[in-house]
Amino acid sequence: MTFRFVVGKVLGALATLAFVVVFNFFLFRVVETNPVATLYRGRNLTDSQREELTRQFGLDGSKLEQFGRYLEQTLQLNLGRSYATNQPVIDEIWAAAPQTIALVGVATVLSMVLGILMGISAGWRRGTNQDRALTSSSIVTWSTPDFWLGMILLTLFAVRLGLFPTGGISDPSASDSGLGKLLDQLWHMTLPCVTLAIAYLGEFALVMRSSIVDVMREDYLTLARAKGLRDSQVRDRHAVRNALLPSTALIAINFGFVLSGAIAVETVFSWPGLGLLTYEALRGPDLPMLQGLFLVFSAAVIVFNLLADLVYPYLDPRVRYQ
Amino acid sequence: MSTIAWTRRRRAFQRSWTDYRRDREGVIGLVVLLLFFAVAVFASLIADPENLRAITAEANDNPQWAPPSEFSPLGTDSLGRPIWDQLVYGSQVSLLVGIAATLIAIVIGTAIGVIAGFFGGWTDASLSRLTEWFLVIPFLPLAIVLAAILGPSVRNIILVIGITSWPVTARLIRAQVLTIKQRLYVERSRALGASSAHVMGRHILPNVMPLVIANATLTVPIAILSETTLAFLGLGDPTRISWGSMLEDSFSAGALGREAWWWYLPPGLCVIAVVLAFTMVGRALEGILDPRLRDRRAVGR
Repeated sequence: MTFRFVVGKVLGALATLAFVVVFNFFLFRVVETNPVATLYRGRNLTDSQREELTRQFGLDGSKLEQFGRYLEQTLQLNLGRSYATNQPVIDEIWAAAPQTIALVGVATVLSMVLGILMGISAGWRRGTNQDRALTSSSIVTWSTPDFWLGMILLTLFAVRLGLFPTGGISDPSASDSGLGKLLDQLWHMTLPCVTLAIAYLGEFALVMRSSIVDVMREDYLTLARAKGLRDSQVRDRHAVRNALLPSTALIAINFGFVLSGAIAVETVFSWPGLGLLTYEALRGPDLPMLQGLFLVFSAAVIVFNLLADLVYPYLDPRVRYQ
Repeated sequence: MSTIAWTRRRRAFQRSWTDYRRDREGVIGLVVLLLFFAVAVFASLIADPENLRAITAEANDNPQWAPPSEFSPLGTDSLGRPIWDQLVYGSQVSLLVGIAATLIAIVIGTAIGVIAGFFGGWTDASLSRLTEWFLVIPFLPLAIVLAAILGPSVRNIILVIGITSWPVTARLIRAQVLTIKQRLYVERSRALGASSAHVMGRHILPNVMPLVIANATLTVPIAILSETTLAFLGLGDPTRISWGSMLEDSFSAGALGREAWWWYLPPGLCVIAVVLAFTMVGRALEGILDPRLRDRRAVGR
């Protein structure tokens, strides 16, 4: 991997980020020239109030001036103030981000591990009933709306069986000590996390299955068998290692899906992260908040894609030397 | 077009149909789809639109939160509206949004893919860059922002899903056009002095069409899932019932705590059934286009 490769990828990611920032500016100016009119429809505003609001939203002056100011503020991470709480948008996003990072992080890893294991056992025993069952359940989970799965799991395991809390992040009765609090939060995170993991493991399972099937035709597997290795050794040491690459490439793509999925799933479980923040911002609609969240979601996915691009050559020498 | 060409096309179609019928999953998917389309088209024969209105439920003194019973085979919601009628009419919005949004996405995606692949050079570089950008932007947050700005209506939901779903198609079609461009008949046509428009319209487009159709069939389920999620987040058309809006209604009315499963279980199952059916048909079509793919996926051989 060369220095040029890294610089190229980083510049590419920055260009994408710049595109999102510019796109974001125009997005909110496509339909209405002035959101004040739409937002305060039906309310009597004096001219001076209207001007004040227009100024607050950064909508006074020419388009070019607005754009300049928007760029300057965005670069300083000033995303404006929420209509609903009048707090700086960025503060609310920072406060909600850790919960989403924890949820999405654990769910991504979980769906990857489960999906890959399913894919391996389906592909290795191709054509058997086990393969048929695993492959069809991957397709079914892919077809299931994530939040609906959450609703079903919530009814079943929280309401009916009472095994898990029905929502939120902590129980008032839980101990205040560090460890007790953490365990309580993990307890609250279990159901939303399992929901996301199940909803997004299908893609990993299908990709892993088809790459195992591809690898099975390779000569080195025949060689490994000829050496007298046991079936499980051939699978784990030779087939799986080579077949893992396409699945690792999928992590970055899937991260975006899980992050998006968290919006509705957090809503179902009232998990106080960026998703619930999005849901609440939609009630208004709280446009500065939505705009800020859109930027943050996009930036997260762009950064994650960049990381995947940079790590991939380490995993696959064929990419490195191209 | 000459009769010979038509005969040839009809034969090709018949051959594909014979291939398709051998794919068991594809046939099941097609049957399920036809069933749902029949329900959507003949909704007024099996359900009463009057039953969708809260006023009717109140006037008839319908029981609220009623589990499935003789009064209503699928139970009623918090306002006493029967679930069955909502489910039947909900299929209309879900299918309409899924198909119309896919049409928009496919038209944009195919246009960009064909133009980028055909002209190459600067056009390709800039269009491919644009496609990559839109591929990276997380789809749902973008759709949410767009839907929130445009306001809730069926038309806007279609627009939003349509204009956020084209990049995958564009990339796929571009790659296909690049290979078709190399074929001899394209070169022959060029050598005979055909214009770009002629080559694109007569040679490139007909050849990418099967791929476009297979891709469209696989885009519809994604569009339907997106509609469900957007409606659940409250961005659906407030005047029309869809499966997604039923889920939203039940969630905000507190059906989870009351274990009113008859309200939110059926719409979810319908979404899964339709999405699965479209996916099965799409995979079968892909298999006909690319037999290698079918061989790799095939479970039973």
